[in-house]
Amino acid sequence: MVENNRWGNFFAHLVLIIGVALVVFPVYVAVIASTHPSGTFLRGVMPLLPGPNALENYRTVIFEGRSRAGTPPIGGMLWNSFIMAMAITIGKLSISIISAFAIVYFRFPFRIFFFWVIFLTLMLPVEVRIVPTFQVVANLGMLNSFAGLSIPLIASATATFLFRQFFMTVPEELMEAARVDGAGPMKFFKDILLPLSITNIAALFVIMFIYGWNQYLWPLLITTDPEYYTIVMGIQRMVTGGDSEPLWHLVMATVTLAALPPILVILFMQRLFVKGLTETEK
Amino acid sequence: MQTKRSTFSNKWLPYALLAPQVIITLIFFVWPASQALIQSVYRQGDAFGIRPPTFVGFRNFMLLFEDALYLNSLKVTLIFSVGTTLLSMSVALLFAVMVNRMIRSRDSYTTFLVWPYAIAPAIAGVLWWFIFNPNIGILPYVLQGVGYNWNHRSSSNDAMILIIIAAAWKQISYNFLFFLAGLQSIPHSLIEAAAIDGASRMKRFWTIVFPLLSPITFFLMVVNIVYAMFDTFGVIHATTEGGPAQATNILVYKVFRDGFVNLNIGSSAAQSVILMGIVIVLTVVQFRYIERRVNY
Amino acid sequence: MASIHIDNLHKVYAGGVQAVTGISLDVQDGEMIVLVGPSGCGKSTLLRMVAGLETISSGTLKIGDRVVNNLEPADRDIAMVFQNYALYPHMTVYNNLAYGLKNRKMPKAEIDRRVQEAATMLEIAPFLDRKPRNLSGGQRQRVAMGRALVREPAAFLFDEPLSNLDAKLRVQMRVEIKQLQRRLRTTSLYVTHDQLEALTLADRLVVLNGGMIEQVGTPMEVYNKPASLFVAGFIGSPAMNMISADYLREKGAVFPKSLPEGTDLIGIRPDELTLVPPTGDQLAVSGKLMLLEPAGAESHLYIHLEGSDQPVVMRVSGVPDMQDGQTVQMHAKVDALHPFSKATGRRTG
Repeated sequence: MVENNRWGNFFAHLVLIIGVALVVFPVYVAVIASTHPSGTFLRGVMPLLPGPNALENYRTVIFEGRSRAGTPPIGGMLWNSFIMAMAITIGKLSISIISAFAIVYFRFPFRIFFFWVIFLTLMLPVEVRIVPTFQVVANLGMLNSFAGLSIPLIASATATFLFRQFFMTVPEELMEAARVDGAGPMKFFKDILLPLSITNIAALFVIMFIYGWNQYLWPLLITTDPEYYTIVMGIQRMVTGGDSEPLWHLVMATVTLAALPPILVILFMQRLFVKGLTETEK
Repeated sequence: MQTKRSTFSNKWLPYALLAPQVIITLIFFVWPASQALIQSVYRQGDAFGIRPPTFVGFRNFMLLFEDALYLNSLKVTLIFSVGTTLLSMSVALLFAVMVNRMIRSRDSYTTFLVWPYAIAPAIAGVLWWFIFNPNIGILPYVLQGVGYNWNHRSSSNDAMILIIIAAAWKQISYNFLFFLAGLQSIPHSLIEAAAIDGASRMKRFWTIVFPLLSPITFFLMVVNIVYAMFDTFGVIHATTEGGPAQATNILVYKVFRDGFVNLNIGSSAAQSVILMGIVIVLTVVQFRYIERRVNY
Repeated sequence: MASIHIDNLHKVYAGGVQAVTGISLDVQDGEMIVLVGPSGCGKSTLLRMVAGLETISSGTLKIGDRVVNNLEPADRDIAMVFQNYALYPHMTVYNNLAYGLKNRKMPKAEIDRRVQEAATMLEIAPFLDRKPRNLSGGQRQRVAMGRALVREPAAFLFDEPLSNLDAKLRVQMRVEIKQLQRRLRTTSLYVTHDQLEALTLADRLVVLNGGMIEQVGTPMEVYNKPASLFVAGFIGSPAMNMISADYLREKGAVFPKSLPEGTDLIGIRPDELTLVPPTGDQLAVSGKLMLLEPAGAESHLYIHLEGSDQPVVMRVSGVPDMQDGQTVQMHAKVDALHPFSKATGRRTG
């Protein structure tokens, strides 16, 4: 082993501690700000130590909202975000895994054509074809609905691609042994392939959930009814919706609540998350 | 394209399995994309249906490239993407190299560095917008101390720096994890061989480690540019809204404004088509990289 | 229990590669047939066609009295042991054995009886609750066999089942497979590229090359009377020496009987070359010793024939007292010679 010297290690720790501090800082500031009364933000510099108003601020945003700034209570928005994220995640995982199964384990006419049709979706993020996609969803009467929020986002070339990669690494003989053992395609899928994919599914779940939760532009476009607002897009309405300086203590309480679920998912499933990102996304 | 060497033989099952994915792709991806293509070569009709849409060929595209605002948006996007990519990747590489030295504390540092990935771009924007708030923000206060008067509401430069920092901050986690994975996959014997050959630590990094990281660096560059160009809509929309004076009006934001606020469908569609072209080029580049990895 | 009738089987892959060309073979009920040949000879393809994992391009395949060309693997009443065992990694050993029976809707009690019986026979009963990853290579191999056993099929198909084991374990498992097959008398097709495995296991062995059969016969028939140059080179280790008949004549070798017509190559196995003259009709050649390789109980002598530099190998017992570079006189009994035609590649008599 090429030894680390003591000064080098000290320096590395120093860089990392400063780095971690900088990375954490914005969220620290947000959490602190969410504990202060509104008066704190009228003059001077933002506080760096906790204030006394945490309970009240969080109670206000969760249950009352700020009607003047155009935001409903965020309890509902959190729920909407959760539904949307789960619908997108489960939808993406289900339709991707079965299409990857079809592409890898069957040979049929137009197989490659279908692969490319699906691959196209990887090329075209919502952001680049906003207007026509919006028109399609509007024509289908899916504005202001959970279906509209989730279904257009659940086609996933990425997940299909990743499952395909994984299936290609599953030994050929496993499927052949299952065939000799009398398992048809769906039985093989259910009894063998699905249990083997569990880690991959979980890893993708983390990434897809974050993707779904953090959707911004799409809900912004297709929800005009506050009933269907999601938390991430709701923040923007709080920041720019009012006529004066935003109510920072409430904005930051909302920011904290909006960021918490995906952060928790990452922290509790760190290993799966890292695996999902670096092993499967290559 | 490969399949397994033996496959199930079933006439209709594979189509049934593909159907949900393909139907959604056709309705929400292929159809709108072709609509964008069509709209991009028409001038839209009026709202009352008196003047029908007229075919104008490439006029929408030509108008775009004569439009100072669009050219400005191209320039802004370029600066923003390159800035975000460079800042995020260099900071992430520094962190990864430092964390990779650690043995016991590696996982703890990693935990602290990965979670910004979970934060939505719009929220990242709002956080930094708050920190940089000219009235109460902590950073303008510090900058005032060194004689710099920060104001991203009036200064184009300040606004650009703000969105670059916000966008790069969120992306550090992603880059960090890939660099760390890359560093860990470098065989230790190589480093030892270089040490025996008398290379200093710095020299080892730049002559052995960094070249071996180049495939990952390249991959991350493409991913970061795609991220900066297309996934940062929220950063802009929740903070600067393209201002001041168009200084942060990146392409994706402009498509949205022109389509939904200014209701200029033809121009917005033409911009969409150009963006699709860019995405396709970037994706093909990335895909070739993935294929190469797979073949190894 | 059943016989297998393979009649003029062909396999052509999409893209035109011909993997198997007109193979016909009758496997008797209870017989163990080993298919042997180098990689790419079509032996695995043939086995997989019998299993139903590859489609049959043309020809007829019967297991028992049924033509099974178009049946799914599960409906052919066969069981297969795979090269990498193909155990289901997420299932316990018990469930690995039981899976195929469950799919056939067998009553639970009967499944349990069969699994226990197979597990006892293969000495894996203590591991029934473990997952495959917690087993050693040899134990996994037994589980793979057990999965075939519980099915009580008409035929076993083995696809290089021992190639993932280390040398010592391979010998041990080889013996066990042989004993098991003797006991159960289940018709078996066994694929391997290892000629020693083929010789030791087979009732009859089938040597394949380029998608066609080179020779079918009992191990001793094939070893003692290889039908072609290919078989002569493939079966037996070190490989048979091939010396041109003209060279031998030139060097004064006297063939007591005239050689069969068309003979221009003479094959001599390394252990049929001796340092001391044998009794009876014989021939003698000399050469220069290039290398003496002691291998424990025996030694291999690498010799260049005098005046031709053609290498030949000798196998002698013990370690002879010789120096590299010295001249060696070699003898061989005339009835130990294998006459071949270079032009046809076949044995001439």
